[in-house]
Amino acid sequence: MAYNVKEIVAEKPSRFKAGHRMCAGCGAPPVARMVLRALKPEDNAVICTATGCMEVSTFIYPYSSWSDSFIHTAFECAGATLSGVEAAYKSLKNQGKLPDGKETKFIAFGGDGGTYDIGIQSLSGAMERGHDMVYVCYDNGAYMNTGIQRSSATPHFADTTTSPAGTKIPGKMQKRKDLTEVMASHHLPYVAQSIATANFKDLYEKSEKAIYTKGACFLNVLAPCPRGWGYPTEDLMQINKLAVETCYWPLYEVENGKYKVNYKPAKKLPIEEFLKPQRRFKHLFKPGNEWMIEEFQKEVDERWEMLLKLEEATNREE
Amino acid sequence: MSIRERLSGNEAAATAMRQINPDVVAAFPITPSTEIPQYFSTFVSNGTVDTEFVAVESEHSAMSACIGAEAAGARAMTATSANGLSLMWEMIYIASSMRLPIVMSLVNRAVSGPLNIHNDHSDAMGVRDAGWIMLFSENNQEAYDNLIMAHRIAENKDVLLPLMVCQDGFITSHSIENIELIEDEKVKEFVGKYKPEHYLLNDKEKIAMGPLDVQTYLFEHKYQQANAMRNAKKVIAEVSEEFEKMTGRKYSFFEEYKMEDAEIVIVCMNSTAGTTKYVVDSLREKGVKAGLLKVRMFRPFPAEEIAKALSKAKAVAVLDKSDSVNGVGGALYTDVTSAMYVNGVNVPMVNYIYGIGGRDTTSYDIEGVYNDLMEIVKSGKVDNPYRYFGVRREK
Ligand SMILES: Cc1ncc(C[n+]2csc(CCOP(=O)(O)OP(=O)(O)O)c2C)c(N)n1
Ligand code: SF4
Ligand SMILES: [Mg+2]
Repeated sequence: MAYNVKEIVAEKPSRFKAGHRMCAGCGAPPVARMVLRALKPEDNAVICTATGCMEVSTFIYPYSSWSDSFIHTAFECAGATLSGVEAAYKSLKNQGKLPDGKETKFIAFGGDGGTYDIGIQSLSGAMERGHDMVYVCYDNGAYMNTGIQRSSATPHFADTTTSPAGTKIPGKMQKRKDLTEVMASHHLPYVAQSIATANFKDLYEKSEKAIYTKGACFLNVLAPCPRGWGYPTEDLMQINKLAVETCYWPLYEVENGKYKVNYKPAKKLPIEEFLKPQRRFKHLFKPGNEWMIEEFQKEVDERWEMLLKLEEATNREE
Repeated sequence: MSIRERLSGNEAAATAMRQINPDVVAAFPITPSTEIPQYFSTFVSNGTVDTEFVAVESEHSAMSACIGAEAAGARAMTATSANGLSLMWEMIYIASSMRLPIVMSLVNRAVSGPLNIHNDHSDAMGVRDAGWIMLFSENNQEAYDNLIMAHRIAENKDVLLPLMVCQDGFITSHSIENIELIEDEKVKEFVGKYKPEHYLLNDKEKIAMGPLDVQTYLFEHKYQQANAMRNAKKVIAEVSEEFEKMTGRKYSFFEEYKMEDAEIVIVCMNSTAGTTKYVVDSLREKGVKAGLLKVRMFRPFPAEEIAKALSKAKAVAVLDKSDSVNGVGGALYTDVTSAMYVNGVNVPMVNYIYGIGGRDTTSYDIEGVYNDLMEIVKSGKVDNPYRYFGVRREK
């Protein structure tokens, strides 16, 4: 259905209910809410989450925020767990053991730790096997649930509890893994990178495409964490906006190998705009640390240029 | 009429799986159980079963996918050995705590390290407190029969626990023996349809599984799980009885071989029981009152019944094909001795660690154990109950 914020939000009640215990200003709940809004009301869904903030705050026995059937098993295996559910569906459906005419969709949510790191194997396996499911990574750039430890999604130089900005080592000294590209290399029918921006259009449309494209699809959605990033809770939407406007987190999709950059800022903002409001980058702004911001900017530029080239190359008329 | 065949233990397990026709099988290759998913994939490729075969990228994912499938409302099965089971370890506990009657064929092999592909029971012993029902099988026939009974036990409403059927890697998994198969139709009828009460794909009832279970609830959930394991005993007895009616093959919690008047007794599991029976027969010919107690049902552990069965013995040796490396003795030994103690049975007992990493277990080894037991009966004392046989030692 064509996106109209009023219609979608007013007429499609969220299947992710209020009452969960994620922090105020957390970027993850809007992601879950919006992804599930893209489900057709008549369709069933089974949701699976990896262990992490989202799981421990939304299903504390005996309460659940998920109005669809839901399963959580462990940290590193949301991909494998849901692939088992999907295989069961296929098998039971083929054998006529499930009612006809009703569709069930399969959606996994994992944090960056459960997806980029410990869960990358089971994710890669599930995607390669082509289960008809969507895996959504809500990337908050660290292991937030256990107290803000670095992950391979943590940006360069960020201050975390296992990459603390010290006097000798100024934060995380490694660059961020580009998981969206890793997933694109799986040659999936649909891979996209998104964010919960002001009117949610991008996330809604990508979710709809991912859910209703046959096969294994992957969404990587930036989901800021006020606790780990150190921004005022009310600034979530502003932080999201800056991630996009600085091209730190480009919005793009790869559909059957063809790249499409969904948003190209008319004037790319300097990366400081994104870094400045966050406590985890505070040390980058100390005198003498200008090189860190320069390096960060260089990385963002290189990745952005590469993305534009990929878009150009995969859409070239032969 | 049953069907006479000649099958390896792995073929027997795969045949049982074909006849059970589970909805989902998720498995990953590892010696010596690899053949099971191989044979099974052929059934899938040729349309002999309705199963979705999930060729996962690891055993951790195999168990995760089985959990997902079983939770979804499907019958899910897997097969593995040694390191495969070790890699599943986290999910093994999750499967049983979610009360999912998944059935696994475990072809026992030494857990690394160092790397060794041959038989011992260190893999199974590593999950003995994980809440799985564990059945051991002396030969191919028993591996097959135990699998045919598995779902009826695991899926019983009073049980709802996963179940593993163990057999010895290579010793039975790769040796071809005569076997009596049950007709496909009869198996289908015996196993029956899977009708879970609550499942993810139920259109009429949404459920949520696998919560964060805090201090106010986890203990009760674990208590229920322990009760389910206690209930399993009765169910295993009932299902085994029904199985006997169909096949004429009798299965109890353990097999008592020439135990009526036995004075010296060996307790062991899986294929070693075959060798031991041979030795018991030859000792009996010489007038020695030797007996064997072969444990089939290791979890739940039939403590009271074992203590009773051993109460008339004059000396007992428990053979463990896995060392617990605890300075005290193997797992079967500590279970049997504590069963004896709490049931007030006092018989001199010794433990032998043997067969580690596929070390051959010969009839001479077993005879040696019976000779030791005769010594114990004579002297009336046991010095050092924690013993080994078949290992080279510095003098
Ligand atoms: C095998 C295993 N190792 C470690 C943990 C502890 N643990 C639970 S959640 C978590 C971090 C989650 O990070 P992420 O996936 O990024 O999700 P977030 O909490 O940031 O939303 C860790 C380390 C665990 N539950 N299981
Ligand atoms: S710690 Fe961060 S990710 Fe976790 S709930 Fe709070 S804001 Fe969200
Ligand atoms: Mg995280």
